[in-house]
Amino acid sequence: MPATALAEADSAPAVVTPSAMPPSFGTLALRWYRLNRAGLRAAAIGVISLLAFLLVWHLLTTYRVVFFVRFTNVPSPLAVYASFTKAIHDPKFLMHILLSCRRIFIGFSLAAIVGVPLGLIMGRFKLVHEIIFPVAEVLRPIPAIAWVPMAIMLWPTNEQSIVFITFLGSFFPILVNTLHGMSLVDPVLVRAAQCLGARERSIFREVYFPASLPHIFTGLTVGMGVAWVSLIAAEMISGQYGIGYFTWEAYSLVQYADIALGMIAIGVLGLGSSVLIRGAGRLVMPWRAK
Amino acid sequence: MSEVSVNAPKGHIEVRDFSLAYETIEGAVQAVTDTQIHVKPGEFVSIVGPSGCGKSTLLNAVAGFLKPTTGIVTVDGERVNGPSAERGMVFQQYSLFPWKTVRENVEFGLKMRGMPRSQRERAARTLLGLAGLEAFEKHYPEKLSGGMKQRVGIVRALATGPKVLLLDEPFGALDAQTRVIMQQILTNMWQRLKISVLFVTHDIDEAIFLSDRVYCMTARPGSIKAEIPIPLERPRQQSMMMSSEFLALRRGLMSLIREESLKAMGGEITDMGMQGLSIELHGHSLADVI
Repeated sequence: MPATALAEADSAPAVVTPSAMPPSFGTLALRWYRLNRAGLRAAAIGVISLLAFLLVWHLLTTYRVVFFVRFTNVPSPLAVYASFTKAIHDPKFLMHILLSCRRIFIGFSLAAIVGVPLGLIMGRFKLVHEIIFPVAEVLRPIPAIAWVPMAIMLWPTNEQSIVFITFLGSFFPILVNTLHGMSLVDPVLVRAAQCLGARERSIFREVYFPASLPHIFTGLTVGMGVAWVSLIAAEMISGQYGIGYFTWEAYSLVQYADIALGMIAIGVLGLGSSVLIRGAGRLVMPWRAK
Repeated sequence: MSEVSVNAPKGHIEVRDFSLAYETIEGAVQAVTDTQIHVKPGEFVSIVGPSGCGKSTLLNAVAGFLKPTTGIVTVDGERVNGPSAERGMVFQQYSLFPWKTVRENVEFGLKMRGMPRSQRERAARTLLGLAGLEAFEKHYPEKLSGGMKQRVGIVRALATGPKVLLLDEPFGALDAQTRVIMQQILTNMWQRLKISVLFVTHDIDEAIFLSDRVYCMTARPGSIKAEIPIPLERPRQQSMMMSSEFLALRRGLMSLIREESLKAMGGEITDMGMQGLSIELHGHSLADVI
């Protein structure tokens, strides 16, 4: 028997018998609904729950509820919306946002550029791991915020020390996850590459790196989250600009609506940047697409 | 095809005075001892034996992943001292690179050799065609069935035109029907390419059906217990598995392995003991009889 004939028997795809008539629009819509029911349901519930949150917020602030926590001075959603419409026409507000984004971009990029290769090399070369790991383990538990005074001493400008704090916040999650990914690389895949003629460098590029990518992206996602936490803390303490500083300044100036506006802006920016990383991950790892 | 088909058989494997021991806290553990095997150019040889007898260890030493404690492994007179593309390997767990498409997996060995992209793409397509996989060249391995994955595994190992193909229980994870088809495909490819094959399996039928010669190993520490030539004519057909010649070989090999399996289970279960376990109970419980 020829190999191809045998092969087809094994690999014949499941055949869907097409119905004689092309399905009507109604049938198609119904089928689409049936297939996407779970997603639609989740989206609908999501929208309802967000609206409910707004409603509760509205009620609590309109009636100035005091029940253990005090909503007396908390701005209502409408007040926040009003200050939002004012803020988006204010170049100063936009500059705060832009500066924060720039700090995140520089600090996070540096952390990725240093953390990922360092993790890969530490995962591959025992000696590098043995030298660097103990230092990393001692520095890692120190929260980025605790670095603020030291950072101010270390760097000549405020801007640099804030970027440094952001860098530190995202560096350790990226490094640790890259290392973790390297430790999980299937040794059989390395052997498979070796007996196909791959040498050290190719194995690194073709096996270790792609095998670690899912964990690297976990590290980048976590790192991005911590980068924002660190950035906002640093801006509140030592900044002159930035969305964290904006929020703190609003408190000092008794502009309560701006406090909530700053908080929401931080939330949206954080969400947006993690969406960006997830998108990049999907682009870089097409084999993981569902 | 010009890349892989060569007319003269090649790949003379010789393993002489081979032993391999692992270092443990209690001292050296002998995995394989005093072993001599050889595979003539173009020959198909299987190694069978009870689980844990060191047959995979032996194969890994031929592949170059393990160094013999004593003795020597040569292929065409050259000493093996590390993995190389000259000895293609197929693994039980397929070991395809999940981040590479089917075609990229097959191309890997050629890429390592520095073959230009267009050339290796063409070679890979030809090979995939032979295995009936051309329609799946752009798929990622995750989407394939076990039988298809292993076909890719075999094609990938053959793409670089190795002298020797080593297979470590390659069909162990497949269902019975797929297994039979895979055996046929492997036989076809082997006959076409005229390379030597060293095949490790615990399936006696498979070993007889595929091989020119079968080595049977003893329980740990493994060594060669018997060498059985398989004089069945080629091409082999499924129907041969019912022939008296096949069944006689099967009986012989079975009793050899059974002896060793009993030893491997601790040596306490003797034939007497086995008979004891098959007491006719005639509806009574075992406790009643005892």
